Amino acid sequence: MAILSQTEAQDILKKVLSFSTADECEATLNGSISGNVRSARNTISTAGTADNVSLGVQSRFGKRSGVATCNEFDEASLRRCVQRAEEIAKLAPESPEYVPFLGPQKYLASPVAFAQRTADITPDYRAQQIGASMALCEARKLSSAAFFNDSAGFVAKRNSKGLEAYQRLTNLDFTITVRTADGLGSGYAIANYTDLAKFDAARLTRVAADKAASSVKAKALEPGKYTVILEPAAAVDLLSNMMRSMDARNADEGRSFLSKKGGGNRKGDKLFDERVTIYSDPTNAEVPDLTFAGDGRPQQKTTWIDKGVVKNLYTSQFWAQKAGIPDLPPPGGWIMEGGSQSTADLIKGTAKGILVTRLWYIRAVDPQTLLYTGLTRDGTFYIENGQIKFPVKNFRFNESPVIMLNNLEAVGKPVRLGGNLVPPLKIRDFTFTSLSDAV
Amino acid sequence: MKRRDFVGLSGLAAGALFIPTIPGFAGNLVDPARLLEPGVDVAIKKRLADAGLNAAKAAGATYADVRIGRYLNQGVFTREKQVQNIASTESYGVGIRVIANGTWGFAATNSVTEAGIAKAAQLAVQIAKANSKVQKEQVKLAPLKGHGEVAWKAPIQQNAFEVPIKDKVDLLLSVNAKALDLGASFVNSVLFQVNEQKYFASTDGSYIDQDIHRIYPTFGVTAIDRASGKFRTRQSLSSPMGLGYEYLSPKAADKIAGPAGSDVVGYKNSYDMLEDVASATKQVKQKLTAKSVTPGKYDLVLDPHHLGLTIHESVGHPLELDRVLGYEANYAGTSFATLEWKAKNIPYGSKIVNIVADKLQPGSLGAVGYDDEGVKTKQWDLIKEGTLVDYQKIRDQAHMVGQNESDGCCYSQSWQDVQFQRMPNVSLQPGKAKLSVDEMVKNVDKGIYIAGNGSFSIDQQRYNFQFGGQVFYAIEKGQITGMLEDVAYQANTQEFWNSCAAVCDASDYRLFGAFNDGKGQPSQSSAVSHGSATTRFNGVNVINTARKI
Repeated sequence: MAILSQTEAQDILKKVLSFSTADECEATLNGSISGNVRSARNTISTAGTADNVSLGVQSRFGKRSGVATCNEFDEASLRRCVQRAEEIAKLAPESPEYVPFLGPQKYLASPVAFAQRTADITPDYRAQQIGASMALCEARKLSSAAFFNDSAGFVAKRNSKGLEAYQRLTNLDFTITVRTADGLGSGYAIANYTDLAKFDAARLTRVAADKAASSVKAKALEPGKYTVILEPAAAVDLLSNMMRSMDARNADEGRSFLSKKGGGNRKGDKLFDERVTIYSDPTNAEVPDLTFAGDGRPQQKTTWIDKGVVKNLYTSQFWAQKAGIPDLPPPGGWIMEGGSQSTADLIKGTAKGILVTRLWYIRAVDPQTLLYTGLTRDGTFYIENGQIKFPVKNFRFNESPVIMLNNLEAVGKPVRLGGNLVPPLKIRDFTFTSLSDAV
Repeated sequence: MKRRDFVGLSGLAAGALFIPTIPGFAGNLVDPARLLEPGVDVAIKKRLADAGLNAAKAAGATYADVRIGRYLNQGVFTREKQVQNIASTESYGVGIRVIANGTWGFAATNSVTEAGIAKAAQLAVQIAKANSKVQKEQVKLAPLKGHGEVAWKAPIQQNAFEVPIKDKVDLLLSVNAKALDLGASFVNSVLFQVNEQKYFASTDGSYIDQDIHRIYPTFGVTAIDRASGKFRTRQSLSSPMGLGYEYLSPKAADKIAGPAGSDVVGYKNSYDMLEDVASATKQVKQKLTAKSVTPGKYDLVLDPHHLGLTIHESVGHPLELDRVLGYEANYAGTSFATLEWKAKNIPYGSKIVNIVADKLQPGSLGAVGYDDEGVKTKQWDLIKEGTLVDYQKIRDQAHMVGQNESDGCCYSQSWQDVQFQRMPNVSLQPGKAKLSVDEMVKNVDKGIYIAGNGSFSIDQQRYNFQFGGQVFYAIEKGQITGMLEDVAYQANTQEFWNSCAAVCDASDYRLFGAFNDGKGQPSQSSAVSHGSATTRFNGVNVINTARKI
């Protein structure tokens, strides 16, 4: 029963609310069907499927709140779930951060976030795709390890104040690492779509295989500051980490890179190169997302960084009211504006630099400056006079996305990754602090 | 749940609609009282398991195992004077793994009935047969004799789920109050508790009932200097343990002082949360004005609560046989310690480096009687006098390294995830000669003493790593001379372990824990302990991490 229609889902939620004796009640249904297959050494290692719908009920008496969940939907089970939430609420202490449930909301028109082709993927299809990908690698005497994961799901919400929401989503992720038989070369490719129609396992396999084959006999360069071209897969995590750090409360409390000396936050300050604009838009056709947040707040098109200036910070409802600031929920995904140049175009325009396929094991070093460390992986190459000259050994970096986005040389054309639109970035003075022997 | 659980609590905010993202913290939110209800009787579980095994065999499986699991979790989350959330969850279901046509298949269901389990068994066989069409390597299991009907229980003294929530909230709020009284700007504290009730049955003839407990109290104290805009945090020096609530009754004998002048206290089998938060608040304020480190080569004296994570990343992970063989190439990575590398007998570390793997150590996170494929657990050597002697294996890997026995390292985070090779406890053995931390520091001319784990990062083959910490102290001419900041060290695994110059004796030995170690696709979490005594490493490269934005 995993993918319920709007009517089916709201009928269940209406029934749930009808059992409520609390001052306020909100019910949420989440359902998904997902499947995956994993391979390594050119053979399948594991595969699985999961199918689940769960109901969450939050009941409130005054400022006391209780939550219960269940995954059975007969009338007695629904009634029990509501009763349990109410029992927990009655015993709970009052919340000093209580905010009443939202009433009816106007959401943006639902984007096309659900693709039937993705929802219809079968175990046989997954096995065929992985099988064909493995065959391409075997033919080139390369070893592949890949993961194919797809899901179709829905979220439905309803509360006693009249809020009603529903949306369906599909998602498909594919990653592949291809290694040479001698273990001296490694390449990687990644893709993330709503619609299976865009998926091309053979193309992605060739990208990873070509990188693996051309990354053997890597030369060691001295660590230091280099001009780098970060492919989208290398840029996405550092940028996501920065976006996740744009919480207003942390900034106001003085424990964020956006905190201001003496108090307050840095909203309105120009912290980045003027070519940096990052926004979110759940109706974007490339990265459609939920038009409502987990607590029912609408997800609007919101600009977070505008031409290098911090434009907005996200917040909880409680903090928005307390601080008297715009009530903006954290976005599901983000979009960085870019130009029309591909990664290949950026390479052509580079006199000396390093192409980075992806970054790995990224960890925060200092939250004060958003300094992160991590390593390059699965395809790192030296560029000279607009051409890739030779593979280089992997580096460890210590860099802050804030510094990085001030040292911007060029921004390419964004591509979808992890529900975001991420451009390849050309950055000067990117800090590599040591070499790694890892392939 | 009883009203008294909440009586007397002020400023609480229990029951927010989301649970913080904690891997493995899945299941339905339930009344805490439900966590004390007994699970299904073992005789019924045997009958249910047999239904799965029989259905799998009838569908064509040559091997099958059934795991009926009831996974209980509770988290209490606070900040300053208020409770943010109290969540109790229960997850109950069955996972069935089969071999058909020489290929693994797996399916799981929350329909814990004979019919539901039989259906899942048939689906697992169907998946195995579908995948066998593109399978290149036939699964080969190390031989294993069935154990019959056996049971194992973690040797805890007090089930944490039996402690009233009020007591837990009182403890955490008193920790927060102590920090605020002593001048902290912010403090948050959390208590996690886990109980895995696992029943395993296989076509080998094993029926194993196990009861496993874990507990993890932790906090973070933040100090802010508004004028300069600088902020620093000090996390707790507790370890997650395979213990009950007794871990939170501090005993003087379990406290181990750091070197003179450091103001650091380490904890063995019990933890003094109030004492630690007082130290943390004092230290976090010192961190705001501590001297920024001068980069260069230093001799490092590493406290066990810090070194545990370095052991985890630079020894535990590279010696997982699935990584060595390439099964994790697309995610966690592979390993420098290949079979060819091992054959060359290149020193992994200096002669005093002895590292053992085990699934037995009482109070550790990895201790169980049997692993998740029914193998009785044991202890074995990984590195002996600096030389790599063995890896961590499960049943379908042993033959790949010419062995015929699993090490008992198979684990799944829940009934609905397939079990695979996970890290056992991996621990550095203490020095045989008597050596205290003060004696160790006395011999260091230019060094840094590091306690607590901070930022950590290592490459996908486990050569190059960088670690931070919670507190850093300069050592000059055998003396601790003051606190340092902005410290991280970078090293190569083999160079680092070969620079190991001294290990304190057994009186300083204690466990560090990794509560949420991630691996696999889809990713699964596991918990594992790492024992060590304070250890010295010579001439390690230290960088300064301060930046301006």
